[in-house]
Amino acid sequence: MSRRSLRWLLPAAALPVLALLAYGFRVNHRDIPSPLVNRAATPFTLTSYAGEPMSLEANKGRVIVVNFWASWCIPACYEEAPVLERNWRTYKDRGVVVLGVDIQDKADAGRKFIDQFSLTFPNALDPTGKVSIDYGVYGVPETFFIDARGNIRAKHVGAVTDAVFQREVERLLAETK
Amino acid sequence: MTRLVSLVLLWLVVTPAFAQPPATNVEDPRLYDVASQLRCVVCQNLSVADSPSEMAQQMRALVRERLRAGDTPEQVLQYFVDKYGEWILLSPRRRGFNWLVWSAPLTATIIGLIVAGFTIRRWTARRRARLSAMATGAPPPVDPAMRERIRREMELEGER
Repeated sequence: MSRRSLRWLLPAAALPVLALLAYGFRVNHRDIPSPLVNRAATPFTLTSYAGEPMSLEANKGRVIVVNFWASWCIPACYEEAPVLERNWRTYKDRGVVVLGVDIQDKADAGRKFIDQFSLTFPNALDPTGKVSIDYGVYGVPETFFIDARGNIRAKHVGAVTDAVFQREVERLLAETK
Repeated sequence: MTRLVSLVLLWLVVTPAFAQPPATNVEDPRLYDVASQLRCVVCQNLSVADSPSEMAQQMRALVRERLRAGDTPEQVLQYFVDKYGEWILLSPRRRGFNWLVWSAPLTATIIGLIVAGFTIRRWTARRRARLSAMATGAPPPVDPAMRERIRREMELEGER
């Protein structure tokens, strides 16, 4: 191989690596791709900490926010709990439902977490992990925004902020009008 | 001596047959087969079969439940792919774009062998030419690029 061809070949070989790096820097690390987005949300029924049945089916036709959390998830779940409660109170009169699913947790610790933040939206323990696997959950917290037709429209990884909650919910509410 | 060699060979052949299988979190071989193909989502480079995490335990329980319900191993794997995407499989499926991943090591080896073959051929040809030139008394051949470089450096040297 001549030196002249090497002069071109070495930078040419580095190009795909640089392109991959550039792509990696442009991708949002919170944006974990989920095959479930734009597909029908898997129905589930759990027993809430209040002892009531908690299901998607019972809230058919409404915008639903399903949040996966755990009491050991520090600090993200502790940061978003007040955000979820605040937005639930703001949007419940507009038909929005927030459902909390506590995963890989102990019931006592889950109850303590709910008391600590005075959560009033329904929360339930997922004792077998089936619901979290059905939603392709990697870790906590993860939040799914489900439209009135029962399709998952967005998935948020990490603590939900007011901006994220309002943007997604407003978008789905606008579609239902 | 022959008997000793035979005994050693026999020992080498027989002992692996009595070796303990690797310790796993799964006793059922059918469950292990499926779980070992799934990535533990909360671990680094561990399969669902090998991970002691609670998430992996729950995933193993689900695999067991679906196998008992009559699903084939392929259907169970597909269930997890539907939820997590193909990322959940430790080995990408041999189809479509994934063939690029499977063929890359072989392609790289073939290209490497071709490049090495050409380089060795060039080296040996150059050495052969040098040896034949030495035998005939002619000066060894000089690469034109090298000749040009020598000329330029000589000129520079002359200017100083």
